[in-house]
This record gives sequence, C-alpha cells and structure tokens, in this order.
Amino acid sequence: MTRRAELRAVEFGAPVLLVALWWIVSEAAPRSLYFPPLRDIWAAFRANWLFAGVGTDVVPTLTGIGLGYAVSVVAGIAIGVALGSLPALHDFLHPLIDFCRSLPSSAAVPIFILLVGVGMEMKVAVVTFAALWTVILNTSEAVAGVDPVVTDTSRSYRIGRLDRLLFVTIPAASPQIVVGMRVALNQSIILIIVAEIMVSTHGIGFFLKNAQWHFDLTGMWSGLLLVGVVGYALSRLFLVFERRVLAWHRGLHGKAQP
Amino acid sequence: MSSAVDVDQKIVIDALAKNYHGHGGERRVLAGVELAVRDGEFLSIVGHSGAGKTTLLRCIAGLEPPSSGGVRFDGELVTGPPPNLALIFQDYGRSLFPWLRVLGNVTLPLRSAGTLTTRERRAAALDALAAVGLADAAAQYPWQLSGGMQQRVAIARATACRPQVLLMDEPFASVDAQTRADLEDLVLGIRRQFGMTVVLVTHDVDESVYMSDRVAVLGGTPTGVTQLIDVDLPPRRDQLTTKSLPLFIDLRTRVLRAVRALSAERKSGA
Repeated sequence: MTRRAELRAVEFGAPVLLVALWWIVSEAAPRSLYFPPLRDIWAAFRANWLFAGVGTDVVPTLTGIGLGYAVSVVAGIAIGVALGSLPALHDFLHPLIDFCRSLPSSAAVPIFILLVGVGMEMKVAVVTFAALWTVILNTSEAVAGVDPVVTDTSRSYRIGRLDRLLFVTIPAASPQIVVGMRVALNQSIILIIVAEIMVSTHGIGFFLKNAQWHFDLTGMWSGLLLVGVVGYALSRLFLVFERRVLAWHRGLHGKAQP
Repeated sequence: MSSAVDVDQKIVIDALAKNYHGHGGERRVLAGVELAVRDGEFLSIVGHSGAGKTTLLRCIAGLEPPSSGGVRFDGELVTGPPPNLALIFQDYGRSLFPWLRVLGNVTLPLRSAGTLTTRERRAAALDALAAVGLADAAAQYPWQLSGGMQQRVAIARATACRPQVLLMDEPFASVDAQTRADLEDLVLGIRRQFGMTVVLVTHDVDESVYMSDRVAVLGGTPTGVTQLIDVDLPPRRDQLTTKSLPLFIDLRTRVLRAVRALSAERKSGA
C-alpha cells in the first residue's frame, strides 16, 4: 500500500467503521420511533436527495451560502484592507465591528425577516451578516501586521498603489485572510440552516423543520445526514482552494513543495 | 550650504539629524552628519553596531524622514524613495516576496516605471538574473534557493531597473564566508558593468576596504561622520592579491583603529 493510500485508509477508516456499526446495531436493536434503522434512513435519503429534493431544497441552500459568502469575502477583504491600512479608521470602527461579530448571528435573523422578507434575499443577508465580520477582522489584522521589511521594500521600489495591493499587501496577508474565510464558511453553513428552520419555504433547513412537524423522523435523519455531507464537501472544497492559494506559504514553512 | 550643485556629487547629506521618540524620551541617533557621495564612486559606511549606519542609509533611501537637515539626490531634496535609486536589504528572506516566483520578484518593481511592455520587463528581468548567474532559477520560488542565491535575486531585482545609485544595507551579513566573497566580487563586477554609484553599509572593516573607493567612519553619540578614508587601491580588486597588499593591510588598520577608537570612547563615555 502506498503512503497516500495509507493516509486515505486512516482518514476514511473511522467513518466507515462507525457507519457499519450504526447499520448493524440499528438492525439488531428493537425498533424505535426516534432512532430508525440506518437502512430506513438510507432509503429516505435516496428518495429525498438522490435527486428529487435537490432542486427544491439543496439548490436554494447552496445558492444562499454561495451568494452570501461571496459578498462577505469580497466586501470583507475590501473593508479589512481599508481598516488595516488606515489605523485611525480602524480605531474608530473596530469596537462596532467587534460588537457585530460578538452578536450571535441567529439573534439577527428576526430583524432580517422584518427588513427583507423571507425569500432568498433574507438568506443572503443572514449569511453575509454571519460571515462578514470575521473576514473583516482577520483581513484588517493581517494587513496591519504585514512585515515592515515588506512595506519598506515596496515603498523603496516605488511599486504602484494597485500593484502593491494586488501583489504585495493581499498576498502578504493571505494566510490569515484564509483562516478568516474558513471560519466564515462554517458560520455561513450554520446560519443558513438556522434561518431556513426559523422561516422559509425552501431549503435543507426548511425540510428539516417540515419533517419534524410531520413527525417524519426518518426524513429528519436523512436531512441531518445531508447537512453533514454538504458541510463536509464544502470544507473539502475549501481545503483544495487553500492548498492552491497558500502553496507558497506551505513551501516557505517546509511543509511541502508546491 | 550653497545652492549650487556640484555635478560631481550624486548625493549630498547636509547637517542631517535623526531622533527617535521612544520610551523614556527622545533618543538622538544621528546629529550633524555631513557627507557627499561622488558620482560613480563606491562608498562604504562603517561603524560599531548601534552607530546608526542603517538609519543613515534609510534617510538616504527616503524611507525615513530626517529630524533636521536633509539629503539631496542630484540636487533634489529627498522626501520619499527617489527614482533611479535601489535599496538592497540585509534580510533577503523578508525582502523577497515568498508568494512570487523569482521572475515575478524581479519584474514587479519594473511595472511601476510604466514605460516597459510586459515582454520588455521580462527580458530586462531575465538579463538581470543572467548577470547574477541565476537565469535558470526564474521559475523557482525564492525560498527554494540557498541564502546566497536569494541575495543574488535581490541584487538582480535592484539592478534590473538600472538604478544610478545602489544602496546596500549589510547585504552579506547572513551568508557564509565563501558565499560572501563571491557576492562581493559579483557586486563589484555588476558595478563595473553598469557604472553605478554604490553606498554600502557594513560592519566588516575588511569588506569596506576591499569594495570601496572611500570609507566613511560613523561614530560618537549622537553619531556623525568622524573620518573619511580614501582607498587608493588599484581599481581591479581580487580576493587574494588585493587583500595581501601592504596598502590594504595599512588601510584596514586605519579604518579599524578609527572604528575602535570611537567605540572605546563611547563605552567610557556611557
């Protein structure tokens, strides 16, 4: 077995074992309303998600995450760079941003429902509110902390404003920006499900609540499984992005050659 | 100082003082520094550690505003990093951008000039890399290279834009002795090739004598230029023959004595 295959085996070993155990125990155990056998959950999963409910529930959820997250990342990096480069602006706005970040985003959902209704706009607004502050704070901290030698170098070589932003400041800050983006992605996933559970007509969160209301516990479990799969897939996708963008950083610190 | 500009003088430092405001009040680093760098010469600035050599170089480079007095470059008062001047930092590991490949590091400053096309920038960068013997390393990242090679990339980056003046801040302080000697000769060769004015800050007395036409000794508290020593060695230098000339040994003794005297004076004074 190659080293790579070994790593794969270790990575997937525990989940596969756990699923196998779940399958066997839930088959053998007496039937319970609250804990249906995995065989039934899998049947429900196939019926609901392969691929009947994809258009009605999965797509709206992913669209909400995608749009809200994109807005947070673009606006967050722009605002963060501005705050990181202008200490006076940073000192002025930092308490406000820190306050918004500390606010549990779920508490803001009712306000967004009143402001923008219960449609896709609301989901995008909630995801943005959940993710934006983390991106801003990480970006501004990273930009303010750029090595003075790097700043001196770009000053003494008279590198233009736009070049400096694109080829010096943002790359120099990128390791910490990416950390913020990773946390923000998790927050986005959590908050869109919360928003959909609170009020919505489509989406995975809506499906979960609907299943609960109709006492469809097997359906609920299938929805839960889907949320897990979606979250895992998104974080794997992010890892691919991170490895690409920060290949130089891993190389610099001797972790791997790009 | 008269307003007339001596054409022979590339950089004129006039009554330069620099104070830092730190904990427990003001610290005077430089005071009354007077120094003129002639067009085309190689001038070294030596002094004991903490003498303010780097501060002086940063004032010349326009990275640090003087507290009083000033620096003139071609007669123009320096208020920020001037064009036609390139600075090589001591810490190549931090001054080369690790997210750009070697070629990207060398071309980036060329973009700011705005006069070259992408193809011309690439050609100029490859020329500069070839001049330091690193044409093959263009596609690599700086951190994939050895310390000496990284500093050669930094030299290529500085010379690619064909500056009239090259400033170097302890450029060879963090490489081994053999690499250091190679880099010294490389810089001398490049300077001969492009005919630029060089100001080198170093704490190494031998290096200052070996490389330069003149050596300025910094000392005192606060620091000023205490001695200017002409190095009238033959223009072509060689690590073996130059360094064994009686004149070389005599010169290095004079420079060393000047640095030592000031450093001893500082210790007894403090």
